[in-house]
Amino acid sequence: MLRGLMIAVLSLAAVGAGVWGYQEHKEKNAILINAENSYQRAFHDLTFGIDRIHDQIGATLAMNSRKSLSPALADVWRLTSEAQSDVGQLPLTLLPFNKTEEFLGNMGEFSYKAAVRDLEKEPLTDKEYNHLKNLYNQSADIQGELRKVQHMTLKNNLRWMDVEMALASEKEGDDNTIIDGFKTVEKKAEGYSETNASTLPGDTNELDVNHLKDSKAAPITKREAKERAKSYIQMKQVNDVKVTKSGKGSDFSFYSVYMRNNKGEEANIDITRKGGYPLWYIVNREVGEQKISLNEANNKAAAFLERHKMKDLVLYDSTQYDNVGVFTFVGQQDKVRIYPDAVKVKVALDNGQVVGVAANEYLENHHERKLEKPVLTEKEAEKFINPRVRIQEKRLAVVTNELNQEVLCYEFLGTLGEETYRILINAKDGTEEQVERMNQAEPVYDNLL
Amino acid sequence: MRIRSNMKQTAVMISFAISLFTGSLFIMPETSRAFSGQVIQKGASGDDVIELQARLQYIGYYKGKIDGVYGWGTYWAVRNFQEAFGLPIDGLVGASTKNKLVKASKYDEAYVKSQINKGGSFTYYGKGTSKNKPIAQSTPPGFSQNDIQLMANAVHGEARGEPYEGQVAVAAVILNRLESQSFPNTVSGVIFEPRAFTAVADGQIWLTPNETSKRAVLDAINGWDPTGNALYYFNPDTATSAWIWTRPQIKKIGKHIFCE
Repeated sequence: MLRGLMIAVLSLAAVGAGVWGYQEHKEKNAILINAENSYQRAFHDLTFGIDRIHDQIGATLAMNSRKSLSPALADVWRLTSEAQSDVGQLPLTLLPFNKTEEFLGNMGEFSYKAAVRDLEKEPLTDKEYNHLKNLYNQSADIQGELRKVQHMTLKNNLRWMDVEMALASEKEGDDNTIIDGFKTVEKKAEGYSETNASTLPGDTNELDVNHLKDSKAAPITKREAKERAKSYIQMKQVNDVKVTKSGKGSDFSFYSVYMRNNKGEEANIDITRKGGYPLWYIVNREVGEQKISLNEANNKAAAFLERHKMKDLVLYDSTQYDNVGVFTFVGQQDKVRIYPDAVKVKVALDNGQVVGVAANEYLENHHERKLEKPVLTEKEAEKFINPRVRIQEKRLAVVTNELNQEVLCYEFLGTLGEETYRILINAKDGTEEQVERMNQAEPVYDNLL
Repeated sequence: MRIRSNMKQTAVMISFAISLFTGSLFIMPETSRAFSGQVIQKGASGDDVIELQARLQYIGYYKGKIDGVYGWGTYWAVRNFQEAFGLPIDGLVGASTKNKLVKASKYDEAYVKSQINKGGSFTYYGKGTSKNKPIAQSTPPGFSQNDIQLMANAVHGEARGEPYEGQVAVAAVILNRLESQSFPNTVSGVIFEPRAFTAVADGQIWLTPNETSKRAVLDAINGWDPTGNALYYFNPDTATSAWIWTRPQIKKIGKHIFCE
């Protein structure tokens, strides 16, 4: 009797577990398929996008009228940015897949710059035309490879989730068509990125001079780095200091110094090996209630820069986040503001301690510049501005433009309704280099954190 | 009955108001100003800025919302006020500007604050938008508080056991990727790129971030980059990809190695 009951209960439990397990399995499968489908979609979108890009570039090659060329190039630009977002959805970051994305980026940049240019006045040069032809061939190759992968995935029912698994378990030996296929695509793109170098109009990905990289100053030792760190960060009762040297991948070598004091406050600072300049530092501690005003903190920040021989700087912007003030200083030479020479200083508003400095931009860019005389007068430059903007402040400034070159501009700050705008007019030819709407404080939607 | 109780209430209110008023007379015998002694500078926030905006709005110089953050709108209002009243035009609200302003305007602190706290539509001085005490907040250009929150989530999920520098570094890598052509161009695109961050893959990104990770994100956005322009980082103890070891390494922070 008892035995029969036991058997009944146990078999019921077994059936129950079976049903539960089956349902779990079904749910898991549903989620897997969902994930699989979104990968499939991104992948097929990508191949379709490359098809369209290839077609569209092909069409632009044959176009002669400027009227149709500009919209066609704009379309290429739109398609490349779509393709880029599709690549971003595929699980490939840890595969060496950067080159393809970079290729798409370059293509987008070229088509954008050419599309917004007034091709009536400045038609494509022969060099640029050849570059476009080159891009056409490259996209053909990538299209071919992608189609091969696409064909194989469709024919053999390959699943992206398996790629995910293969990447996770890192079984290199396995035959995985998708991974292999993409590696080929990547190799092709890599080949181009070398031939591509600087054939783009005004393509300079880095600034011409980096005063840190090319510094001729004498190198300092680890011990000197430690001493300098201590003099920059006036931390009391330090009981732990560590110095490490930068790795080989860095553009220039530097020391990283870590300090800790009795109260548990920590500080990190990076100091260049050549010359011993402080690139940046952060002090990490709890900042108490605000005791000093932003203005007093500003004076402390300015005094700090003065003390450490960072001269010719003027305050550009100040902001308060909770109990910390952040100040941006920019260079000034002969009453012209030098925006590339920027230093940021962070001051705690409880006791006025400088708890952070970011000077890498300043150190990379700062030098005595040969300033050209502006061709336009201020009045002439003002005429290039939208007459609805009410100008409130104006000055001369050196800024870095889209092509990463330093240009002399008239900087106008003006208002249009409630908004404030910063407008930069090239002092040579009156080009509107940049129009920027200045940030306003954002309403708090909820108590953050 | 009802009228009488109402009358009683008003009587109490009035006597209360009178006592408050006389009390304040004793505390501040010379002027009726409530400004603290600080020089108010662009970027500041707090009660002084609320008073400044309210007063400038009262005399028609300031037209924006009274939000307690000294932004551009307030800056132009101050400068125009300084110009009109023959003061040095520098946007700094020091003693002389405050005195002129106090003489030229009225400020009913209790009324303005109660309107701000009610958060309803606020027509006389401006509009309040939220019930919380600070009703607006400075954010770095180009980033909303929600972007910052999302990044704080990612930083917390990825590096909550790391030293502070390591957390800033993770945030800096997200920003460096944003700039790079090889990665998506949005904060969410970079964070949710499949297999980019383990914290996203295993769901740790949805842990509630603490104040430290938010501070780290703000530091990174404001320009602190401990990594020297790194685009990748990995934990050498748990890294599964052989490829990541081939990247040129810049430096090690905490448990993570940062590379180009």
